[in-house]
Amino acid sequence: MTQQGNSEILKVVNLKKYFRIGKDKRGPIYVRAVDGVSFNVKYGETLGLVGESGSGKSTIAYTVVGMYRPTSGQILFKNQNIGMEAVRRPLSLKKEIQIVFQDPGSSLNPRQTIEQILRLPLKLHTNTPKKQLKEKMIELLEKVELPADYLYKSPPSIGGGEKQMVAIARALAPNPSLIVLDEPTSALDVSVQAKIINKLMDLQKELNLTYLFITHDLSLMRNVANRIAIMYLGKICEVADAATFFEKPLHPYTQMLISSVPVVTEEEERLKPKKVVSIGEIPSPVNIPPGCSFHLRCPYKMPICSEVDPEMKEVAPEHIVRCHLFGKQASG
Amino acid sequence: MANKNFLAVTVEKPREKGKWHRFWDRVSRYWYHFSRNKLSVVGLAIVVLVIILAIFAPLVTPYPEHAGPFVDYKNAGQPPSAKYWLGTDPIGRDIFSRIIFAFRGALVMSILVLAIAVPVGTVFGLLAGFYHGTIIDTVIMRISDIFLSVPSLVLALAIAAVLKPNLMNSMIAVTVMWWPWYTRLVYGMASSIRNDYFVIAAELSGASKFHIIFREILPNCLSPVFTKMALDVGWVILIGASLSFVGLGEQPPTPALGQMVSDGARYLPQLWWMSVFPALAIIIVILGFNLFGDGIRDMLQSSR
Amino acid sequence: MDDKTLLEIKDLHVWYKVYGGYLKVLHGVNFLVRKGERVGLVGEAGCGKTTTMKSILQILPPGDSRIPKGEIIYKGKDILKMSFGELQRLRSKEVAMIFQDPTAALNPVFTIGAQIGDVVRYSIALEEKRVKKEKIKTLSARALKEVYMPDPERILTNYPFQLSGGMRQRVCIAMSISSPRNLLIADEPGTSLDVTIQDQILRLLKEIVEKQGTSIILITHSLGVAREMTDRIYVMYAGTIVETAPAKDLFKNPVHPYTRGLLASVPKISGGGIARGIPGRIPDYLNPPPGCRFQPRCEYATPSCQEKPPQLFEIDKDHFVACYLAQR
Repeated sequence: MTQQGNSEILKVVNLKKYFRIGKDKRGPIYVRAVDGVSFNVKYGETLGLVGESGSGKSTIAYTVVGMYRPTSGQILFKNQNIGMEAVRRPLSLKKEIQIVFQDPGSSLNPRQTIEQILRLPLKLHTNTPKKQLKEKMIELLEKVELPADYLYKSPPSIGGGEKQMVAIARALAPNPSLIVLDEPTSALDVSVQAKIINKLMDLQKELNLTYLFITHDLSLMRNVANRIAIMYLGKICEVADAATFFEKPLHPYTQMLISSVPVVTEEEERLKPKKVVSIGEIPSPVNIPPGCSFHLRCPYKMPICSEVDPEMKEVAPEHIVRCHLFGKQASG
Repeated sequence: MANKNFLAVTVEKPREKGKWHRFWDRVSRYWYHFSRNKLSVVGLAIVVLVIILAIFAPLVTPYPEHAGPFVDYKNAGQPPSAKYWLGTDPIGRDIFSRIIFAFRGALVMSILVLAIAVPVGTVFGLLAGFYHGTIIDTVIMRISDIFLSVPSLVLALAIAAVLKPNLMNSMIAVTVMWWPWYTRLVYGMASSIRNDYFVIAAELSGASKFHIIFREILPNCLSPVFTKMALDVGWVILIGASLSFVGLGEQPPTPALGQMVSDGARYLPQLWWMSVFPALAIIIVILGFNLFGDGIRDMLQSSR
Repeated sequence: MDDKTLLEIKDLHVWYKVYGGYLKVLHGVNFLVRKGERVGLVGEAGCGKTTTMKSILQILPPGDSRIPKGEIIYKGKDILKMSFGELQRLRSKEVAMIFQDPTAALNPVFTIGAQIGDVVRYSIALEEKRVKKEKIKTLSARALKEVYMPDPERILTNYPFQLSGGMRQRVCIAMSISSPRNLLIADEPGTSLDVTIQDQILRLLKEIVEKQGTSIILITHSLGVAREMTDRIYVMYAGTIVETAPAKDLFKNPVHPYTRGLLASVPKISGGGIARGIPGRIPDYLNPPPGCRFQPRCEYATPSCQEKPPQLFEIDKDHFVACYLAQR
């Protein structure tokens, strides 16, 4: 998967996104939704961005596609800075990055037919002659295994899984190279999720796509992503390859997450870290605790944790952890 | 049975129906939701009856010539009878015929007022909703607030008084005070739909503002607009009647409901039928449109 | 029926009236809860889990639903034939319910204390004519303590919006255990919460049920949650119970093609990819398929599957499957 020289399609450097929500005596109050995040996505891979509510994972997704302008930091797409809102992006860039939203019920206009929904990206981003538009749309539906007569249906008359397939077809229409998947299956049943995920994986191989996959579902990530980044309160805690993650989770939060996943086999039961049990609540992103933001819930808390925010350390090749427990090992 | 398109396999049998069949299917579905409340059906009956009577007024009324400059002192001030169902006025004109003809003016006024106020109000509402939080939003919404804060009847009176008192001018007056209601209604919806993901998806792919406002947002605002329109026909008739009651509507000898009530009031209580029946007509028409509007709401809400 | 049985549902059918006829949602549900047993009712969206639960408490929409057939026997008495007074007693003293979304289950304009207090008052008002305010407060605070809420006295004066989602769900649980109950029905109690918080809620629920010896029906779409929480699992598909077994057996030896398909679709943290799911989707309840309702999606279906719906059949000790395949 390594292409010489430049193997990264997307590089995020120290990205920050604050939302102003009000003001008090000391000045404006911000929600620090994303607070200094760096990661990169390689060509053709799936990077899983996992976190619970308030972790900032969706904010990152929305900033990458241009719904928000970053407060600071850089987003490099094919070495080009794209840290701006979608309105300012050239059409050629909009075409390259597509997004599939979580709830297909609200991401497809209920008052349009599938034909109208698919026509928009084709008209904007491809110069398909008018006569071939329909052919092209049928081709898109075929890619997601929907029959051609779905063109004349409207979203409320089809099932949730089928709606999400239409949303995927719409994302494929402009021939993008990066697709941001924002919890594409969390509103769906597992048997439908299985179909969608398998389809996405097939399409990735077939069309050479790169995915930035946002989800809260760790077990899904294990089966989908090449690499996983775990987020907690606007910061990344741990980045590693998918298998390593579950066999050797290092960050206490990762361990807590894995131990919280309800599982269905004994093999999985053995993978769950027994020592770390979930305690405490996720603090509000308005009042992030000082030092390491996880120290209030951490079973291995040390005095330093409430004072100094740890830095990202590469403890093994391609395995990065942000925790004081491992900082020392790496430096000493 | 193996099927390639496994996601699309629906367990129900594929229904191969013609276009006509599907149309009927839809109509009967709408009718099912509309007619669940029997009062809506009563409303529909009143509305249809009033419209038919108004359209065919010259054919269905016993004395169509009584709607104009007509005098018959022999039959002046007759009480309701088999000959004059609802009695006659002091110059011998049939009240029943005049009420039916008055429906014409009332309906024409409602339709014209709404035909202008609804599109204008809707477009302003869409613009304000789309530009939610910007100066465009503020300007449009504050202007509509100004119109709403002036007592509506007073505004209509002022406009009708400055211009000449006739049907045309009272219509202009009512239209001017009517559009802000639609602006507010559509504004509320448009500003929330604006943040729906399908609008964001269209925006991210680079669709034009025109496309987003009229192709994505507008179709999703229409149900409540239609419901309000059905309800408003009655209200416009009521305002029109109020204006003509104070002499600012259709001028005599053309009949108007409010004008008939006010004319009759002078002859109370002797010629009670002169004002009571037009007043009853107003009540029934407005009730009819209100019940009908409720039915439309039920229908559009539950058949989504 | 032995004296250990608490609740038994026999051949329950529930229909909803819609345009064009009736949605035949429940189609012969058989279900049994013993005293002190933890039972899981697992199925995907639209399979009738929630309808089953609503029929137990008789909170189906009155104008639009019909129960053409079936019995729901609670402690030897048919709920469907109960008078209003008996139903009120059932709801206030015997059975409690925990909803999926704690935000929607709590009234935003009343304090937590007022809302728990109401539940407490209704449950003791049946015996004592006059209930002292002090007693209500003590019982409410005790209930909050049971669910490990810090500083219960203060929480009683809080409004729901002052608490986090996890805390609200704890309050809902506290409400349901504020007076002793024999049966708890929990409808997806952790689904709207984050994984780590869901884990806390589920552990709490399990502990409470074990401590008080209450029976619980856990309604969930997640096989994993059911496995960790319950003794016995009922798998539901399109308004019928397709398989039921003790939790351990079910995961070791799933028999019904639907259970197998569902289990294979669940992503595992041990990796290995996900199966391709189950073809098709749940049937149209207006015109459900003849015979077995899973038959149109089943890869093993034979023509005889279309004739008559299969009945639950014991293939192993306490392991029942509604499939002709298993009977052969």
